[in-house]
Order: sequence, then C-alpha cells, then structure tokens
Amino acid sequence: MSTPTSNTNPLLRAWYNKEARSIIVQIIAAALIISFFAYVINNAVVNLTAIGKDIDFGFLWQNASYDINQHLIEYSSTSNHFTAMIVGLINTLLVAGAGIMLATILGFILGVMRLSNNWLTQKIAYVYIEYIRNVPVLLHILLLHGLIVSSLPRPKGSFNFGDVFFLNNRGFQLPSPDFQSLFWIVGAFVIAGIAFAWWFGHHAQKVQDETGKAYPVAMINIAAIVLLPLVVYFVLGSPIEWDVPALKGFNFKGGMVIRPEFIALWLALSFYTAAFIGEIVRAGIVAINHGQTEAAQALGISNSRTLKLVVIPQALRVIIPPLTSQYLNLAKNSSLALAIGYMDIVATIGGISLNQTGREMECMLIVMAIYLAISLLISSVMNWYNNRMQLVER
Amino acid sequence: MTEQTYAPGTHPDLPPPSDTIGLIHWLKTNLFSSPVNSVVTLVAIYLLYLALPSAFNWLFIDATYVGETRKDCAQEGACMAFIGERFNLFVYGFYPAELRWRVNLAAILLAVAGAAVLWDKIPARKHMLKFALAYPLIGAWLLSGGFGLESVGTHLFGGLMLTLTIGVTGIAFSLPLGILLALGRQSQLPIIKYFCIGFIEFIRGVPLITLLFVASTMLSYFLPPGTTFDLLLRVLIMVTLFASAYMAEVVRGGLQALPKGQLEAADSLGLNYGQAMRFIILPQALKISIPGIVNTFIGLYKDSTLVIVIGLLDPLGIGRASVADSAWLGLSTEVYLFVAVFFFISCFGMARYSLYLENKLNTGHKR
Repeated sequence: MSTPTSNTNPLLRAWYNKEARSIIVQIIAAALIISFFAYVINNAVVNLTAIGKDIDFGFLWQNASYDINQHLIEYSSTSNHFTAMIVGLINTLLVAGAGIMLATILGFILGVMRLSNNWLTQKIAYVYIEYIRNVPVLLHILLLHGLIVSSLPRPKGSFNFGDVFFLNNRGFQLPSPDFQSLFWIVGAFVIAGIAFAWWFGHHAQKVQDETGKAYPVAMINIAAIVLLPLVVYFVLGSPIEWDVPALKGFNFKGGMVIRPEFIALWLALSFYTAAFIGEIVRAGIVAINHGQTEAAQALGISNSRTLKLVVIPQALRVIIPPLTSQYLNLAKNSSLALAIGYMDIVATIGGISLNQTGREMECMLIVMAIYLAISLLISSVMNWYNNRMQLVER
Repeated sequence: MTEQTYAPGTHPDLPPPSDTIGLIHWLKTNLFSSPVNSVVTLVAIYLLYLALPSAFNWLFIDATYVGETRKDCAQEGACMAFIGERFNLFVYGFYPAELRWRVNLAAILLAVAGAAVLWDKIPARKHMLKFALAYPLIGAWLLSGGFGLESVGTHLFGGLMLTLTIGVTGIAFSLPLGILLALGRQSQLPIIKYFCIGFIEFIRGVPLITLLFVASTMLSYFLPPGTTFDLLLRVLIMVTLFASAYMAEVVRGGLQALPKGQLEAADSLGLNYGQAMRFIILPQALKISIPGIVNTFIGLYKDSTLVIVIGLLDPLGIGRASVADSAWLGLSTEVYLFVAVFFFISCFGMARYSLYLENKLNTGHKR
C-alpha cells in the first residue's frame, strides 16, 4: 500500500494547492502582459525619438486646408483639423443612423416575406438574402457606386420630378429650406405636441387600466404632433422659403444635394445588413411557440392584435441581442466609405489629416477611440431596450 | 345504366379529387390562397417581368464575351470580354508567369488537405490530417519560396490566390486562438479574464480597416528599431487577431450553453482542467457553435477584400484597377458582378457545408 506522497519542495507543494497555483499563474501572466506592453511602448518611444516625433494633439488646431464635399456644419479649407474631424464624425453618424433605420425596415419586411405562405415572395426573399449575404459588403458598395455614377444621366438629362427634385449622376438634388423669422413658433408647437403626446399616452394607458375605456391614442397624438403645427404653419403664412435647384449651365445651382457617395454607401450598407436582419427576424418569429398564437385565437383576439400583443413582444426578446450586433456591424462597416470617397471619420482625420500632418499615432488613436465610443453607445442603448423588453420573472 | 354495386372492401381505388393534386392545386395553395396573396403574386410577377428579361438580355443575349478592348463590345450589352483578357490576373495577381505551377500545386495540396479535414470517410485519414496540420507551412514555402525554391516577394501576390492565402491562414489560426481567448474569458483567474475581455472588446469595437491601417503604417513603430517585416505577414496577423476575437465570442456562446453539471461531473471524476476541457467541455461546446464558427469563417473570407484599402490587390482590387484602365473604361458593373459571382460561390459553398455538418453532428438531441 502506498502512502500519500508528501512533497518537501515548497514550490511543488504550492503548485499542487489550487489557490496558490492560481496566484502563481496570474503573477506569471501579469508579468508577461506587462513586460510585453513595456517592450512595445519602449520600442515606440525609441523609434519616435529617433525620427524626432512626439505624441502631441496640438496639430488638431492647425489649418486643415482641404475641402470636404459634404459638411453639415460650417466648414471650409481654412478650418482646423478638429473641425474636419467633427465633420467626418457627423458624416459617419449620419450614414450609420440612416443605414440602421432603412436596414431595420427592410430587414423586417424580408423576415416576414421569408415566412409568407406565398411561394413566390418567399423565394424572392430567399434568393435576395443568399445573394447579399454571400458577397462582401465592400463589393456591394463599389458595385452600387459604379452603377449610380455610370448609369444615371448627366445633369442635363436628369430625371425630373416635378421641376423640384432631380436625380442624376451628381446625386439627388432637392430644395433646401430657408427658415424665416417666424418659424420658431411652428417649432415650438411641434415640441409642445411631442410633450403632449408623451403625457397623453401615459394618461390614456392609466385610464384604460382603471376603467377599460380606450382612447384613439395614435390618432390624437398624430393630430397633436403633425396637424396642429401644420395649421399654425399655414396661418403664419408659410414661414419657410424653399430654395429650389435649377439647371445652370452644366450643373445645378441652389437647393441641396445628396451626393452619390452617400446614396451608394447608405443603400449598400442597408441592403447588406437588411439581409442579416431578415434572417434574425425570421428566426425570432419561428422561435415563438405556435401554442401562443393558438391561445390568442382561442381567446378571440383578432389576427392583427395577436401579432401586436402576443407574437411580436415575445419575438423581440429573441431578436434584439443579435440585432444589436448587426447595428454594430453596420456602424463599423460605414468605415468602408473610404473606398468610394465618402468623407467619414476615417477619410478625414484618419486619411487626409493623417497624410498632411504625418501624425499616424494620434490620428489612429482618435479614430479608434471614436469607433469604440460609437460601439459602446449603440450597445448600451440596445441593452437598455433589451432589459425593458425582457420577461419579468419573480 | 344501372349503378354497379360492390361487396364491402372490393371497390377499386378512385383517383384523388382533381383539386388536391397537380399544378392547379399547387398554384392554389402556394400562390393564390387568398385575395391578398393573389395580388401579391401578381405584383411580384410583374416586377420580375420588368427586371429579369432585360437583365437576361444584357448579361447573355446582347453581351460580348470575346474581344481585345472595350471597343469590341456591343454598346447595349454587358462587356464580359475583359474576363478572358484578365483571367490570369484575377487568379494569380502579378505572380511570375513561369512560377505559377507553384501556386497551382499549392492549390491542389490545399484541396487535399481540405478534403482530409472536411470529409471524414477519406482513406488513411489519420495521416492525411497530419498532412493538413503541416499544410500552412508547406503552402507558405511553395508560395513565397526560399529553401531551394526561387523566392517571390509577397507584393506580387494578388487575385484569387491572395484571397485564399488570407482566408486559409485566418481560418487555420483564428480558431485555436479564439478557443484560447474564450477559455480565458471564462477563467476564474481575474487577470487572465480581464485581459481576454479587454482584448476581445477592443478588437470587436473598432473596424477592421483601422487595424489594417495600423498594420500598414504604424506597426513598425512598435518593433525594435530597424526591424521591418513583410506587409502581407502583418496583414495576416491582424486579420487573424480580428477573426479570433469574433471566434472567441462564438465559442463562449457554446461554452455558456453547456449545463454546469458537465464540468462538475468532470471534476468529480478527478479530471484536471486540461482533461476536462479536452474530453468533456470543448467537444460539446464546439459542436453547438459550428454554425457560428462557419459564419465567422465566411465573414473573415469576405473581410479579406478590405485589404484593398491598404493597396493589396485581391480579386476586388484587381477589378477596381481594371475599372480605371483606359482600355476597359466604364465597365464597373460587369467587373464587380464577375467578382461577386466568385465570392458567392465560395461563401455559399461554405454555408452549405456548415448545414451538412450541423445535421451530421446533430446526434442525441433529436426529439
């Protein structure tokens, strides 16, 4: 019979003790990680001093001296790099936000089409989803951009929508609003309408919970937010003047233009993400037990209310987490704007500013920090929404 | 005529009612089951009628498939003549023509190694798997040369072979790395756990493009002074790290789906951590996460197109260069469609294989 081996070597004994071992392993890991970073940072310092560079964000206040063709805030070639960065950031957020909206709408439509009992729509959605999902998003962007630039007519032969909207290979020209002094009254009415709608929604819910009496909430709220401000708008004598684009020589003057780069990027990102969202929505609806629908029918609830009150709230619980990661993907994929010359954050501060100032380290740090912040923002909003939709258990 | 009578059980079988079989029945249930459905069907048919015939004409009837320059092409159809002219470029990039046999050999060996991994009925699978394990080295040796072969600079890599190089390397190295990261994230040891979380969340929070920029412009700052190493190698490392972070999350999903009892059972049998992971946890967790793993592979393969922003020429990059070529001006749609077909075939194939694998491994959980 063998006796338990008693080891006199303290190191080996520590190794056979679970707590001691975990501490040893962690100390080794920490030492490795710290020495790796120390090595890398030391290399960076040595290399940077060798070529006479330092880490300095002061260049942000220098003159950027390049143009950005789409800027929603005041920007010219005499602005500084910081303004260029903000312009790029706004462009990124614009295309990501618009993309998320369109992708969600298209995705839900595709998901419903995939489940339709109409053979043709089901197959169309299937072919669309398989084609889009199996081709890189960058290719979609380039293809769409090429299509817009090469197959739409020149400004002279633009598609004309009632002499107000024009579509050509320079983009989509539309009238720009010029707000007159009295417009703030209309704006105030819209804000008041939204506040009222918020209060009224809660109030109506309370009344319905207590008495069972249901108000036509949607109609009243739409009237408060849209109709009343519209009436005020006309009473005040239409305090917006529209600057309508017009063909002057070879190009359009006046109005505003949605540039082909934006259209291509926005549509390509939306179409691409919509295919993934479509599959997510389909899976979410399929995951709902059929007994739920049958129970609702047995209670005599109408089909549309079954969908609204029984199926969708439960399906959303399954849908939201993967939907969040699709939104994140879309926001990150918007960085591919670079390939077609849409001036987003990567193209401004991470592209032209970087090349002009030669400050790779600072520029890439800024770009990465901004993307991390955007990712964090989207996931925290979606987590908040997800928590609200979760099943409340005991 | 008198009605014929049958003894019970002797009546010959009648054909099914005409509206429950055949084309009419199929149309009725699948396309015209309700008024709304009928309208939807008609609208869909009309839209297809608008789109398909003209697209078909453009792509096949009016198209030109043979020619030297853009001028040889018919105006109204697709100009596919560039494919014949540029085919070698799309496949080999700028790899020297007299050395292309090495690329072909590497591709054949890749097919053999791939078959060993993917097809479990292959003869002598054990030895074949050892070969597959060694393949990345053999492939790298064949493609870039050295050790007796004439060396070829990686700046000459391009086209399909570049995509496959990036894809295969990324797939081969990101799975093991991803598994390690996922295990690290689940670990009880806080330092390892938070390091893995930090790494995964950082990589997943930034776009691949920025990492590629770092690889192409800044990585040399972080290396000892005077070291330079190959751009393609830097890109391969970045792509692998990028994919491994996503892989780690997929594998973590599989690990979390396992009941805790599995690990406890392994503990009670006296297995140590490594044994428990190897024999109990990972086989089950990886099986659950196969769809996610293949999706990550497909994503990695598609993301390999992003290398064009730092100047490498994969098929998409070659296509983009062709669009700018004065001899073939204005062909963007044709070029990109051609590249799209190539990507579609490979990614769709991977997705189908994953479905097959899922069904094959779906043992013991069927109801």
